[in-house]
Amino acid sequence: MEKVKKFVFIIFFQIIIVNAQNLSLYEKENWSTPETEIDKIVFSTLKKLNIKPAYSSSDEVFIRRIYLDTIGMPPELEEVINFLNDKNPDKRKLLIDKLLERKEFAEYWSMKWADILRIKSEFPINLWPNAVQAYHKWIIDSLRKNKPYDKFVRELLTSSGSNFRVPPVNFYRAVSGRDSYSIASYVCLTFMGVRFEKLPEDVKENISKFFSRISYKKTNEWKEEIVYFVPEYKEPIETFFPDGEKVKIPPDKDPRFVFADWLIRPENPYFSRNIVNRIWAWIFGKGIINEVDDIRPDNLPIIPELLDYLEKQLIKSNYDLKNIYRIIFNSRTYQMSFIPKDTSPDAEKYFAFYPVRRLEAEVLLDIICKFSGNGIEYISQIPEPYTFIPPLRRNVLLGDGSITGDFLELFGRPPRDTGYESERNNRINEAQIRYLLNSSDLHKRIQSSLYIKEILKETRWDKKKTIERIYLSLLSRYPAENEIKIIEEYFKKEGISFNQAVEDIVWAIINSKEFLYRH
Amino acid sequence: MRILWIFLIIFFWSNIYIIKGEVRPKAKAVIQIWLGGGPSHLDTFDPKPNAPYDYTGPFKSIPTNVPGIEINELLVNLSKIADKYSIIRSMTHGINAHETASYLMQTGHSPEERLVYPSIGAVVSLFKGYDYGYKGIIPSYIVLTTPQGRFSESGFLGFKYKPFVTGGDPNKTPFAVEGIVLEGIDENRKKYRRNLLYSLDTFGEIIPFSKEFEWFDKCREKAYEIIEGEVSKVFDLSTEPEEIRDMYGRNKFGQSCLVARRLIEKGVVYVTINYSGWDTHSNHFQQMRQKLPELDKGLYALITDLSNRGILDSTIIWVSGEFGRTPKIQWEPPWNGGRGHYGKCFSVLVSGGGFKGGFVVGASDEKGEEVIDRPVYPKDLLGSIYYLLGIDYTKKFPEKFGVDAKILPEIENGPKKGILKEIINE
Repeated sequence: MEKVKKFVFIIFFQIIIVNAQNLSLYEKENWSTPETEIDKIVFSTLKKLNIKPAYSSSDEVFIRRIYLDTIGMPPELEEVINFLNDKNPDKRKLLIDKLLERKEFAEYWSMKWADILRIKSEFPINLWPNAVQAYHKWIIDSLRKNKPYDKFVRELLTSSGSNFRVPPVNFYRAVSGRDSYSIASYVCLTFMGVRFEKLPEDVKENISKFFSRISYKKTNEWKEEIVYFVPEYKEPIETFFPDGEKVKIPPDKDPRFVFADWLIRPENPYFSRNIVNRIWAWIFGKGIINEVDDIRPDNLPIIPELLDYLEKQLIKSNYDLKNIYRIIFNSRTYQMSFIPKDTSPDAEKYFAFYPVRRLEAEVLLDIICKFSGNGIEYISQIPEPYTFIPPLRRNVLLGDGSITGDFLELFGRPPRDTGYESERNNRINEAQIRYLLNSSDLHKRIQSSLYIKEILKETRWDKKKTIERIYLSLLSRYPAENEIKIIEEYFKKEGISFNQAVEDIVWAIINSKEFLYRH
Repeated sequence: MRILWIFLIIFFWSNIYIIKGEVRPKAKAVIQIWLGGGPSHLDTFDPKPNAPYDYTGPFKSIPTNVPGIEINELLVNLSKIADKYSIIRSMTHGINAHETASYLMQTGHSPEERLVYPSIGAVVSLFKGYDYGYKGIIPSYIVLTTPQGRFSESGFLGFKYKPFVTGGDPNKTPFAVEGIVLEGIDENRKKYRRNLLYSLDTFGEIIPFSKEFEWFDKCREKAYEIIEGEVSKVFDLSTEPEEIRDMYGRNKFGQSCLVARRLIEKGVVYVTINYSGWDTHSNHFQQMRQKLPELDKGLYALITDLSNRGILDSTIIWVSGEFGRTPKIQWEPPWNGGRGHYGKCFSVLVSGGGFKGGFVVGASDEKGEEVIDRPVYPKDLLGSIYYLLGIDYTKKFPEKFGVDAKILPEIENGPKKGILKEIINE
């Protein structure tokens, strides 16, 4: 019975594919990208399991995807046209290199870091606005300079000084409790991907000893706070590292340094594994180990060789995170089409196609704001006088989790309370769709869009050219024949003016799955 | 034989019921009127006519229809129905910062605890909402018209338990509830647009087995169901008689109260009206002259209207800010007659849903600075509301949330302590 069902499904599936005339817009049979080490590992695994990998993505799909995954925004219209016309066989590789160097790369990825480091000025983190700004800027700078990851973590773990002047000390302030247990649990979560509460009691106690000599004091400046090591103790600390190795720390030595040096050793099984797995998950929507922040001995990687390979690459390149991004983006595994050739659950599990996912709240809002030429005015009530954020600044750059808006809340921006990756919710729901379909705010944005006005001026109200430009800007591709036909019909509708028709087309595209999802 | 068994089962069942001391819940729904910023207790429900001018300021107090209870002179309408609500004059928590006090007042938990707890609205909509048999198409937890902002209402319950926030202004026509009522597009065009969307959005057909897109389509269907159906009607105040609209006051707060009544009538479980503007550090008295009549009219209308419709007995109304304001007035510039934050002692009003009317709980000293009788802590107040709703506040949150956390911290019950038994109808 099952077999018959499957057979019927396959036939049905193929009929649909044959019918979908626009398929060439999305994928192509022949690869122009060379096979990489990642692909050897992933494809051989797929072969063993008898799963067919997807085709290559089309250039149209690729350019939109790589822009979103590197700089968190879709390409400009001209960038799409130039890329599609480019005949260079290496153009994907060259584009990846170029995008990794854009300043928006650091801006977009600082958002993820701000999520897991819980950057927020108010309850329950209470970093306070000045410290939030210093900390956020430090993260963007580190990403922009591509600071080696071991150095980045070491600075976070070992810094001392003022929360305003030595930004990484805020790591120790972005915890809801300031006892050594709370700090230790946060260190394990962030840099080892381990849930502290699942560790045995003695291990917990041993780890927390490394963080038992941190102290905080106020200064004369309002809300300034110094994080420092207390050297007054007479007793040495005797404890064990998470891997069971014993250590004795003399009282005049800051135990945080001892822990940091243990953590960032190349042979440490937790350190590189955690970050490469997270990056993989940030790009593919799920990790090689899942959940990415619940790594346990009984939580096994889906493809162990893949994780080993990425770990080795990270260590070999001296903890160059951009390099990890680069080798992933250059792989066929990443550049595959989102259209599966095998619909079994295993295909999804073993990365046999690129999984579609709804865009993050901030990214989606960035596109909408940019397209309407009109940003959101964020005001923070703390402290007085209020903080105002320039309206046309990107939403991904909203460093403070306490500054938020209705759209961001509706579309699942994380509250940054726990640092868990699961706090960010990219699942579509009824309320979000209702907003997109029927919001007065969105309607006004489209109606008064400076971007649309610009397009109309350039195309001189030529219907076909206008449609083309709208498609290129919002979906990074030319419209298909049948789409043009549908839209031309729409222009003829009685009682709908030219401008209204344009508004409705834009509205329909913003409501389409192709627009709302990474694909 | 079988009958005997059934009889025995019923017998034991009813015994268990009695032993556990449970009562049928009196309240079905809650309206929370949140006076964000913290209103002065002296200038609302705890006037101190005998205190020096530096405390009372220019306002006088007036008697109510309940002998012995006096309130601020600007609350004229409310003074006529004091038998329908009770005033807690001994509310206390000692926190003077907006965000932590807001959190404590609406979760009952200390901000020092490691977890971020959900607000009472999210908790009520968890235990009375979709997970426990709520079937309404209108979401069970609604916020009029803007979100809290100071903390995430859903806490560790997560995204799914966030309230539906309306946006818009019910005092305008139409009340443009975000995503429900769209201004400026006629029915014909709506129909055309919908067809256009369905013919252009064919992307899902390329990956027909995608669970994600299957879910997407379901959500879109439901969204259209809401847009085109009952839900938009509940927010349409034009069907309400003019005199009713006038009674509530033609302003954002008044009309929000009216919308709240309409939502409760449709079975919504928890409605929060975020009524801000009470953070009156400077020019306090001018601002109060403008705000108090608004509050007076809206709240009077809400209580009276619910009572006339026979649903006050099953609807709790609670009116509170995160704290009160300093009893001693700051006359000097830049305040020019202002009051600061004051969490040590302030007032809360409760009405309906099993709360008795016409009572005063606790007392403050002659200047309104200290609680001198029967302190009421946030958990006592929230616990009383949970009790009336039939929610066992001593139990833990369901396991699926992955936390080991009780709904409220331990409450010490006793004479003049804990749950507000003195104003709960038994």
